[in-house]
Amino acid sequence: ADIISTVEFNYTGDLLATGDKGGRVVIFQREQETKSRPLSRGEYNVYSTFQSHEPEFDYLKSLEIEEKINKIRWLPQQNAAHFLLSTNDKTIKLWKISERDKRAEGYNLKDEDGRLREPFRVTELRVPTLKPMDLMVEASPRRTFANAHTYHINSISVNSDYATYLSADDLRINLWHLEVTNRSFNIVDIKPANMEELTEVITAAEFHPHHCNVFVYSSSKGTIRLCDMRSSALCDQHSKFFEEPEDPSSRSFFSEIISSISDVKFSHSGRYMMTRDYLSVKVWDLNMENRPVETYQVHEYLRSKLCSLYENDCIFDKFECCWNGSDSTIMTGSYNNFFRTFERESHRDVTLEASRESSKPRAVLKPRKVCTSGKRKKDEITVDSLDFNKKILHTAWHPTENIIAVAATNNLYLFQEKVN
Amino acid sequence: MFVRGLKRKCFDGEEDIEGTLAGIKAIPSYNLQRQSLLDMSLVKLQLCHMLVEPNLCRSVLIANTVRQIQEEMTQDGTWQMINTQSTGQASLDRLVSTDILCRSSRDQAEGKHVPAYSTFNKDFESDQAQDSSETMSTAPSVQAPRNLQSNVWEMENPQENKGNFQKSLDQIFETLENKSPNSVEDLFSEVDNSYYDLDTMLTGMMSNTKMGHCDSLETFSSPTNTASNSNCKSDLNDLDHIVEILVES
Repeated sequence: ADIISTVEFNYTGDLLATGDKGGRVVIFQREQETKSRPLSRGEYNVYSTFQSHEPEFDYLKSLEIEEKINKIRWLPQQNAAHFLLSTNDKTIKLWKISERDKRAEGYNLKDEDGRLREPFRVTELRVPTLKPMDLMVEASPRRTFANAHTYHINSISVNSDYATYLSADDLRINLWHLEVTNRSFNIVDIKPANMEELTEVITAAEFHPHHCNVFVYSSSKGTIRLCDMRSSALCDQHSKFFEEPEDPSSRSFFSEIISSISDVKFSHSGRYMMTRDYLSVKVWDLNMENRPVETYQVHEYLRSKLCSLYENDCIFDKFECCWNGSDSTIMTGSYNNFFRTFERESHRDVTLEASRESSKPRAVLKPRKVCTSGKRKKDEITVDSLDFNKKILHTAWHPTENIIAVAATNNLYLFQEKVN
Repeated sequence: MFVRGLKRKCFDGEEDIEGTLAGIKAIPSYNLQRQSLLDMSLVKLQLCHMLVEPNLCRSVLIANTVRQIQEEMTQDGTWQMINTQSTGQASLDRLVSTDILCRSSRDQAEGKHVPAYSTFNKDFESDQAQDSSETMSTAPSVQAPRNLQSNVWEMENPQENKGNFQKSLDQIFETLENKSPNSVEDLFSEVDNSYYDLDTMLTGMMSNTKMGHCDSLETFSSPTNTASNSNCKSDLNDLDHIVEILVES
């Protein structure tokens, strides 16, 4: 199994898609509760697997283009089929996933095995009939959106108009129409005329969940810009600029690197947005630009280890974050296969571990604790014994229920709230 | 497994100025750490340059860090301090008041004056380039990686360092823009495959440089660790060669 690089529930939560480093997409479907298997509700089983992207070679630049799936975003379901967008560094594809559980029999012009019948053998006309067959799930690429990005795509976001979507790379954001593959509109361009002057890149972008003219993008300097597409065709001028003033007492050579935002997500309500930087998660009120309304420390004990984390490149890890359906809780990953959830109202937070040893099926997860000072209590883990190769970068929360998907390197864990 | 801990080791006895002024033990430690951070960053940037797909965000962040260090070092007058070790008194206060590398200043009692990073001036950078091109000696630019190899704790000719990494920074961004296939092929024809693996490369370099802190990268690297240590010397020679190619192209 390959390293999972993205995890995403669809709008109903019945389907869960994962993308991996090998360019494959695996979709899981939630089992329906049945009388014969009352405990099966909540289980997700493989529904479809397909190869979304293949490695490519850019001959002009002598560069290999990785097939790793950077992001998957579902489209809202409009008919029996499901649609999703998946992207690697350069190309976005629209996939249709459809079910086939019937097949037609009794064709006039071809045999049962598909071969054309000899015309003289057709002695009578009959109407083909539909017969049931084993369920087959087919994935077919419907659109390929290519050649619009010079730099690596880090985000895609479907607009609330369900007709357009944006794709963002390090320096530019493009707007696409789902039906049109040969043209996209550039809406943000922060590339300087002289590349030597480059000091800031785009790290993530997302459309507002309700206002189809509004989107945000985050930068490597820890800022978020909100743009309104009605104001101008090229949204280089932002409508709102979100930045927290720096705390001078904690300034170090690593301040900028750890302030770089790795993920930005609007709340379901559309009133707030959440950003993830290296050590913390911040919740912003869209009406207040000068500072976040809430800040949660994910792993503050790493602040004194930044030099080592810089050396081994862990400081550049891009963690994602997500909201639960009601926006009351937020979740993000950490190291040692730990992930954390923060309840906003009660300020309760918990650290959990996604690993085989610590999670038996149907067992309640035990909260974990990292020992930050002096004497280690029983069951606590010291900072020095954390495994920095086991990082949880991708997590997803079911849109309506308390079911979470956690990607731990090449394993996918699904946890559910215990219902008595 | 993670590093064994980030104890600040006191580099007693490595500097002649020890004992001349009270509290001066902290200063060589900070300078050396800052220098080692600078060297580490340059290695990372050069490796970015050599890898097939440089991650632009990472390169930009590392380059910004390098610029910060350069700015602070020049503001502190560190260059002068190295050359006139016996009269280090004037710079003492300013050095003490700047932040220690990895430690949050909540741990320190001193009040801080924050260097004005945000006012980084592009003119300043171009002045720097002019100065260093005038004063740079004729020694080949492989001096910069030679520093990384074995003399991390010794202060090599700082003027060369300034000019070299200024050039490196510019080159890196230019080359990110306009990759010329010929030079890339030249690079790859000479380079050992272990360069593709950043961990292996850094492990090889770091274990050679005997860093006092931030060591045990070995714990992070793949099982090829022991092999790469023995390839160290040849890797470092290759690095010289590559830097020559970079400079000439």
